Amino acid sequence: MNRTHSGKSTNISRRKFVVGSAAASGGLALGLNIPLGAGLAAAQAVNAEINAWVVVKPDDTCVIRIARAEMGQGTHTGLAQLVAEELECDWRKVAIEPINPGQNLARKRVWRDMATGGSRGIRGSQDYVRQGGAAARIMLLQAAADEWKVPAGELTVANGVITHSASGRSTSYGKVAAAAAKLTPPEPKSIRLKNPREWKVAGKPMMRLDTAPKVNGSHAFSIDLKLPGMLLAAIKECPVFGGKLVSFDESKIKDRPGVRGIVRVGETGVAVVADSWWRAKSALEALPIVWDEGPGAEQSSATIAAHLKEGLTASDAFADTDVGDAPKAIAAAAKKIEAVYSTPFVAHACMEPMNCTARITAEKAEVWMPSQNAEASLAALSTASGLPLAQCEAYNHGLGGGFGRRGGTQDYVRQAVGIAKQFPGVPVKMIWSREEDQAHDFYRPTGQCKLSAGLDSNGNLVGLHFRVSGQSINAYLAPAAIKDGKDVRQLQGYWKEPGDAQLGYTVPNMRIEYAMRNTHVPVGPWRGVNTNQNGIYLECFMDEAARAAGKDPLEFRRALMQNHPKHLAVLNAAAEKGDWGKPLPAGVHRGIAQFMGYGSYSAAVAEVSVSGKGEVKVRRMVLALNCGHAVNPATIAAQVEGSVAYGFDSLQNEISIQNGRVVELNFHTYRPARLFQMPKVETVIVPTYDFWGGVGEPTICVTAPAVLNAIFAATGKPVRTLPFKNHGLTLV
Amino acid sequence: MIQLNINGRSQQVDVEPDTPLLWVIREQAGLTGTKYGCGVEQCGACSVHINGEVKRSCSVPVGSVKPGDRIVTIEGLSRDSSHPVQKAWVALDVPQCGYCQSGQIMAASALLAKNPKPTDKDIDEAMTNICRCGTYQRIRAAIHMAAGTGKGGGSIIHMGADGPGARGVPAGSDLKPGREEVH
Repeated sequence: MNRTHSGKSTNISRRKFVVGSAAASGGLALGLNIPLGAGLAAAQAVNAEINAWVVVKPDDTCVIRIARAEMGQGTHTGLAQLVAEELECDWRKVAIEPINPGQNLARKRVWRDMATGGSRGIRGSQDYVRQGGAAARIMLLQAAADEWKVPAGELTVANGVITHSASGRSTSYGKVAAAAAKLTPPEPKSIRLKNPREWKVAGKPMMRLDTAPKVNGSHAFSIDLKLPGMLLAAIKECPVFGGKLVSFDESKIKDRPGVRGIVRVGETGVAVVADSWWRAKSALEALPIVWDEGPGAEQSSATIAAHLKEGLTASDAFADTDVGDAPKAIAAAAKKIEAVYSTPFVAHACMEPMNCTARITAEKAEVWMPSQNAEASLAALSTASGLPLAQCEAYNHGLGGGFGRRGGTQDYVRQAVGIAKQFPGVPVKMIWSREEDQAHDFYRPTGQCKLSAGLDSNGNLVGLHFRVSGQSINAYLAPAAIKDGKDVRQLQGYWKEPGDAQLGYTVPNMRIEYAMRNTHVPVGPWRGVNTNQNGIYLECFMDEAARAAGKDPLEFRRALMQNHPKHLAVLNAAAEKGDWGKPLPAGVHRGIAQFMGYGSYSAAVAEVSVSGKGEVKVRRMVLALNCGHAVNPATIAAQVEGSVAYGFDSLQNEISIQNGRVVELNFHTYRPARLFQMPKVETVIVPTYDFWGGVGEPTICVTAPAVLNAIFAATGKPVRTLPFKNHGLTLV
Repeated sequence: MIQLNINGRSQQVDVEPDTPLLWVIREQAGLTGTKYGCGVEQCGACSVHINGEVKRSCSVPVGSVKPGDRIVTIEGLSRDSSHPVQKAWVALDVPQCGYCQSGQIMAASALLAKNPKPTDKDIDEAMTNICRCGTYQRIRAAIHMAAGTGKGGGSIIHMGADGPGARGVPAGSDLKPGREEVH
């Protein structure tokens, strides 16, 4: 084991310190999840709040407040690094403390946005959290300067120790914190942030701050909450989307042990409340329920596919990009190729099923939940309980996976409130069964894409025309985001505008269109969102075009990327570290892909073998990422590795629909990647230090196309219809 | 009343005998480190040891557990996270969200108890628990670390060798531009 950063950024004693200090302060550090309202007030009595972001304790511990949610992606540690970098505190004495949305509201949103999605956790808050750390440092130094009656400019600080060299005096943050807290904060405009090239804490592969309670069972997820007198609820919604609850026969279960009530939840669901969840769930399964399944019951994967297919040639599509005359150029080209790709619905399948605990009285409404957007949870609580925001509080927990499922929708919060309202004053914890979780997700939308290309006699791409037909996330969740009926979000990764999800190719004649074809199935953001399917469509087709042109897939792409140097640099980095063009063992083939999303540039090389029985073995994947600034390379690597495993859903999973409802209701039919399928993953980080890009999502969209292109290289047959079992392929 | 021995403590629980051991551990014994993931023995989040064997407690009816059976949950694996598997998990920062990790650690510790020097193939076969965050590469490395089989590597990181990215790697950083680093 070559642990190259041990001794510097790895420090077991620090970890013990953080956990120990958390215990001493009444459970304020992440992981202990004591409701923070009381804890925060108590802490402020003895500790000095320098500003909203930084609290300093007498023992020099710096508590860094975090507004964004932690769902495994490492944002809490990364944000703490950014604050600590400017604060110049001792990283070994940093603890982190999440805030609640009610606190944010009460303090006029001093912590700003709490929403955690779109790979924005760090890039969306880096400027003001660094400002917060710097402002606190300036105040702490000023307090020491005031005490010593010397100019603050004569002081230096390192690791939370302030020194006045001229007089040989020194003090620590803990000693001056109380005085610093009383000072007027500096003008934000006067604060100069460090050049990231001079970072000492940020930019380094620091160990995560939240690992210790995750190896001994003590990290309290929302599902683990215990409250005095708490009841448990199991819920079932109409299995057909859009259907309604008609009636249920509670006489069949009301006398079962532990059952306290059987209640309607809105117009679509029913819940059993009992003294244990197992009793609630068992009773619910025995409950006769009559549903009005509605017109959705007539839908199936086949009807949905036909609906999308019609969109591939329909006249109602709009072109977001229309350069030159692509159809004409393709028609006149020396060689034409055409393909239709399709991608299915897929599920988030967070390991912690949807759950929420609610306690509602006439005066106060509270929820405890795993949320990617605690302010949306608070708003949902207020609406569903009928109490004003000031009488509501939402206590967020570290999430057992999020992946986009637990953001704006808040369906599980509304349900829990709907149940708990019928048991006033009693905390009720609602937990979804895995089957309910699979049946009522907001799925990654299904789509199809028709692509045409024209090559000249030298194999140059002269025309490219593609049409996406599929369901719109905005149409389901955010109709107001669609301008003039044109939902450009579904073309994520194909955009002409630079900076976020720009297409990396320049083709003289190019048309990119979208035909919205909605279904009755709920859809939402799924880690990587539309870059997943769009990356597959375009990057797999590029390999088809390269083969038709008789060119190497890397060289074919490079020729089209000269106007996009950042895209190209990342592709080159992946190709270099991925040994593109170098010899391989017999039977092993490489595939390559590049794409952009979430402000970052990604590329991947996959090494794959395919057996005669269609067994696909992904042996090695090299993924390159330019996320601008790399706040924690170790966490970035973890996200890249994770995006490979999650991205394998694009290869081997689907949510299919029969009689209007989901078929794959548990992990025997919906099969997340397992360890034996995991390739050796290498992460290539090539930051250019001139922008802030995301990390959690960008690399997922190149995973599947790189593998599919390697399969194409191995078999000579393109894989166009996913999941790839449709082509007789399985991941081994 | 059903008598159980969990983490060395005998206790009696008053539940229906077909109640899965998982829910007795979580709700009656109050030990919530053991997680519910699927309820059908697929994901392994509920893994515990029964007489040293790893079992998926969601599918063990509590009525089938004998009073003398020794049940160990994540809370009982060690007093202070000092089991070699837990130490390796910390050293390699294995967890992301952490939800599946109790089960992963119980499966890994049971594997090592039987097979102190597992090969990659042994690990492939034994570690079938699901992790949606995709921590598998570090799980494999941590098992090798706990087994003392040395190398294996968790994360493999190449920092950019060219351009401002390389210059941006701070002085004194352990990640050197252009070098392969193994975590």
